[in-house]
Amino acid sequence: MTLVSGWGRFPVVDTDVLRPRSFAAVGEAVAGAAGTVARGNGRAYGDAGIGASRTIAMTGFDRVRSFDPATGRLRLEAGVLLSDLIDTFGPRGFLPFVVPGTRFVSVGGAIAADVHGKNHHCEGGFGRYVDSILLRTGEGETIEASREQNSDAFFATIGGMGLTGVILEATMRLRPVETGWIRERVVSTSDLDAAMRALEAGDSATYSVAWIDCVARGSELGRSLIYLGEHARASELPDGADAFPLGKDPGLAVPVDLPSITLNRYSIRAFNELYYRMGARRAGTSHVVSLYPYFFPLDSISDWNRIYGRRGFLQHQCVIPEHGARDVLGDILDRVTRRGDASFLAVLKKLGQGDGILSFPMPGYTLALDFPMKGDILNFLDEIDRLVVAAGGRLYLAKDARQSHATFEAGYPALQRFKAIRKSLDPAGKIRSKLSQRLFDEVQP
Amino acid sequence: MTSRKSVLVLGGSSDIGRATARAFAKGGYDVQLAGRDVAVLEPDAADLRARYNVEADILKFDVLDTASFENFVSGLPALPDVVVSIVGLLGTQENAQIDLDHATTIMRSNYEGPALILGLFADKFLARGNGTIVGVSSVAGDRGRASNYVYGSAKAGFSAFLSGLRARSSRGGVHVVTVKPGFVRTRMTEGMKLIGPLTVEAPVVGDAILNAVQRQADVIYVSNKWRLVMLIIKALPEAIFKKLKF
Repeated sequence: MTLVSGWGRFPVVDTDVLRPRSFAAVGEAVAGAAGTVARGNGRAYGDAGIGASRTIAMTGFDRVRSFDPATGRLRLEAGVLLSDLIDTFGPRGFLPFVVPGTRFVSVGGAIAADVHGKNHHCEGGFGRYVDSILLRTGEGETIEASREQNSDAFFATIGGMGLTGVILEATMRLRPVETGWIRERVVSTSDLDAAMRALEAGDSATYSVAWIDCVARGSELGRSLIYLGEHARASELPDGADAFPLGKDPGLAVPVDLPSITLNRYSIRAFNELYYRMGARRAGTSHVVSLYPYFFPLDSISDWNRIYGRRGFLQHQCVIPEHGARDVLGDILDRVTRRGDASFLAVLKKLGQGDGILSFPMPGYTLALDFPMKGDILNFLDEIDRLVVAAGGRLYLAKDARQSHATFEAGYPALQRFKAIRKSLDPAGKIRSKLSQRLFDEVQP
Repeated sequence: MTSRKSVLVLGGSSDIGRATARAFAKGGYDVQLAGRDVAVLEPDAADLRARYNVEADILKFDVLDTASFENFVSGLPALPDVVVSIVGLLGTQENAQIDLDHATTIMRSNYEGPALILGLFADKFLARGNGTIVGVSSVAGDRGRASNYVYGSAKAGFSAFLSGLRARSSRGGVHVVTVKPGFVRTRMTEGMKLIGPLTVEAPVVGDAILNAVQRQADVIYVSNKWRLVMLIIKALPEAIFKKLKF
């Protein structure tokens, strides 16, 4: 048995971890236990990547099967990390269409969570660029699922949190790019209304995201920096710049768990104030930045999750439908700023339609907040969830460690359809994670 | 063949072998992967072709079948610029103490086979007038310890062989690199208790080997921490060392 947790380091669970070396061995690992789920690089925050009794580590499956430079089409094993894809195919002029806020996620995990990036409002999520998935089901079959073939299994697997079976391989498309640089424009806004207007106006930008100062209150509530981005053309690079800047390994690291006092209302306030002022100085100008700091600002500090100390932290990410979003977001931010312990990762962005049956995105605004795991935070987040549910919103399963059964059911109306497909792929319920146990498995072990 | 440089990786299906092949392919080398089971090498060869647009061939090679070595070398489609031996077997010390066959297999896999095959390549490279030979040995060969001296003694022999081969070859334009990786998180060490700060991932070893070949290093510890650790371990007086159980 091994103690395993997600990126948020809460909860910590004792589970068997198996590291199969062949697809046949994956099948045996699934068949041999009641309650298994595949785990990629462990970047889901809560309990999604932890098996009910057994966890299958997939990062050893890291081979690329084939690549066609004429089309950007790629066949690969599910354990390949996006960081690996970027470093390998970036210099050849191809990048993933969708990247989340960290590049250290596996392709299998990115499919299972149908991760979104800063371009979801116009280009959709990771699953939109997946053409086919090789899936080992709980029943013991290995099937190829696509939009044309086994399409129920395909759409249940996109965003299905690994609960339809083990994703072994995938065929996906990469985006042809001229450079590994992003032309960035920063817009500074004085309050939430202005931030939402700026995001709305940024709809035509390929990439857009807002960092919200979650300390500012009153008339400054929701003041933000909006980051808009486009892929830079070769002609836009400064003289002498490498067309593809290779990502360095994280230069900084958090070597030990910091005492939980490190993040207090004073340090958080200072950080937010400084960050806003530095960003606001760049506002209005357009400049070219490497894709690494643009897409993955926190990847440059490895193990940044340890800054929250041993007890870990919770990330709360909700999406609120567009209509009425302003009032609900204002209410949430008001409560959060009055608490004062939400820290530096407060992000607001527009989402479009999701692709999978259980995909998180819906047209509206998503807000992501980090909280240290202490005090009455669980009760506080339950209150926030009531606002989210009342507005017709929902929470992102890849970030979740604590939402209630009721919040989940209210947020995901397609759940019954998902359950029916899952049942047909896995009648004996072999595939189960701590998350599925918590939120919707009927049979508790 | 292309005009690119080429590397032959003996033990190509091991984790360090795969990582080494990737590092060289990324550096623009064509790759020959050699191992006992060619079926498991094919997906790795396909991976190298797809990622780096290089040529990747697979070859059957069994380190215990020393009788086949001369034919293996003369039958190569082309003599590579670099040959890397990752072959090795950790085995189980407890078994090796009571089972002569197991002890023999450990000794042959870590010393006899790798030394003989690299010796053959040295002759070919010297006749050609250039080439680089890399032997992956171990920090375990720096001093025999109670917990793994059968393996360690074979690695010690291999390290000594590489050292002599380097001295012999250096005047003939052929360079020999000895690599001592320390703890690496691989299949071989799965389930072992490894000391975190002294443990690296396989790709770090692959990059270190490519780097050592490029700068023609003689003996490398993949992590400098290991150089220090082994300096201390080697300096301990035998009277103290023999009481240690590690």
